[in-house]
Amino acid sequence: MIELVFQGRGGHGAVMAAEVLAIAAYDAGMYSQAFPFFGGERRGAPVRSFVRIDSSPIVLHSQIYKPDILVVLDSELMHIAKNEVPAGNIKPNGLLLLNEDSKEDAEKDLEGLGISGIKVAFVDATKIATDLNLVVAGWPVINTAMLGALVKASAILPFEKLVAAIRQYWPGEVGEKNVEAAKKGYELVSFLGD
Amino acid sequence: MAVSVMTGSRSVATAVKLAKPEVIAAYPVTPQTEIVEDIATFIKNKELNAKFIKVDSEHSAMSALIGASSAGARTFTATASQGLMYMAEVVHWAAHARLPIVMAVATRALASPWSILNDHTDFLVQHSSGWIQIMCENNQEALDTTLQAFKIAEKREVMLPVMVGLDGFILTHTSMPVDVPDPDLIDSFLGKRMAPFALDPDNPLTFGNVVDDKYFMEMRYKMFESMQNAKRVIKEVSEAYAKLTGRSYGLVECYQCDDAEHVIVTMGAASGDAKVAASMLRKEGIKAGVLRLRVIRPFPKEDIVEALANRKTVSIVERDLSAGIGNILAHEIKSALYDAGAKVFVKSFIAGLGGRDILPEDFVNAVKSAASGKKGDEWIRLNLG
Repeated sequence: MIELVFQGRGGHGAVMAAEVLAIAAYDAGMYSQAFPFFGGERRGAPVRSFVRIDSSPIVLHSQIYKPDILVVLDSELMHIAKNEVPAGNIKPNGLLLLNEDSKEDAEKDLEGLGISGIKVAFVDATKIATDLNLVVAGWPVINTAMLGALVKASAILPFEKLVAAIRQYWPGEVGEKNVEAAKKGYELVSFLGD
Repeated sequence: MAVSVMTGSRSVATAVKLAKPEVIAAYPVTPQTEIVEDIATFIKNKELNAKFIKVDSEHSAMSALIGASSAGARTFTATASQGLMYMAEVVHWAAHARLPIVMAVATRALASPWSILNDHTDFLVQHSSGWIQIMCENNQEALDTTLQAFKIAEKREVMLPVMVGLDGFILTHTSMPVDVPDPDLIDSFLGKRMAPFALDPDNPLTFGNVVDDKYFMEMRYKMFESMQNAKRVIKEVSEAYAKLTGRSYGLVECYQCDDAEHVIVTMGAASGDAKVAASMLRKEGIKAGVLRLRVIRPFPKEDIVEALANRKTVSIVERDLSAGIGNILAHEIKSALYDAGAKVFVKSFIAGLGGRDILPEDFVNAVKSAASGKKGDEWIRLNLG
């Protein structure tokens, strides 16, 4: 079983990202589960969403504390909300994916978190979303760019399954824009240490 | 049949669409879930031909359904938490009037303080309302149970409303693959509601009138009897449903129980985590199983005794609280075991209130505590600082 946590803020689309990933994983022949955790549904508040993907039916409903993959949509949260999903809890050989504009900033994010034995990747999802004008109420919607990057960095499912899930979730023009964002994320993601 | 990834809320709404109720009444504001939003969308898109009555409160929602159901309509509503509490007066009325209304309850903690998160107290404090109460473990079961609920409620030998419980937030907001039965299959399973007693100007009857002490108790006895009948009917309906879909559910589910010496009793979504815990315990050489309570009313006393009487320990883990005594169902379970003369050691655990998570390791620790013979109730993950 692969367990994944998205950590973001209300408005980033962390909840929708988890749902799209669950649809894509099911379409790729696996069992899947996606669920959110938030205190109040409001823009800017810290939000976590969770995804489980497995080859057999999933019966767990408790939250995920030691993920295989942690996707951080706003790096600041790793420090201010670090007790919720500590990046240090990522399983050995797991993946930490950051929304950052440079290798230097990504490295800076990791300072003081005691992270070792995992892969760290980053992509500038905010720029991808802004360039494509994927902006809602002044917030760049970065979830699909992060999903594209995630699929590349983790290889958990074929990219075309992600594209199909995005089109199913957002039919029409909005979906196509999000597919573009996912493609950019897939192309531009890079690992620290590469 | 087609499988889609959907939330628990959507699973219930999809079942309602398939069941084709004629009247839905709901108060669409917090603590409402997306269940009624989805149903409203189905009606707008002409996927469901039903009257949606938007009311000013949950009390009005149930009142509207009492009227519609009395006139012979198939009816549905959904609520939770404070909404269910506000509705309570007419919740009891609906059952006493023997109306086969189906209501989904997305179980949520009761204020104060405010919480939008899960526990089961709202659902369980209605256990003497006269409603049949069924608690689901997952989204698939929420869909299947909602469909079965209409069939159970409308049976002539039952004629009682059914509350379908699903964990608020945990199931209502969780997306998982759900197999949606073919509409024709459900049409053949459910058919139209047959209402032997209905408001009809051509055949006047009186409903809910004043009775004196000569009749009241007999009417309650008839209700009690129908509730007993429901145990058989729930099983029969489940078997009929299984023939169409391959999925069947009992009054309880006993998981890895055959040779189990230690059994965890729980209900709702956390039952899955309990099942994982049972497997973890078995890896340590502790023979553990899980008894999942599915039907709460009628209380499946016989099934519970059969599942628990000859074990070494029973660990009851509930996400509810009756302050002044503890878990709500534990006492009913102990009473059933006492009546049967069972000597099993039973221990009660209060957990998961107001969204506090329950992990497999919590069930593991509960079983170990019971196995150690330590007496008294325990609170799981209580942090008093």
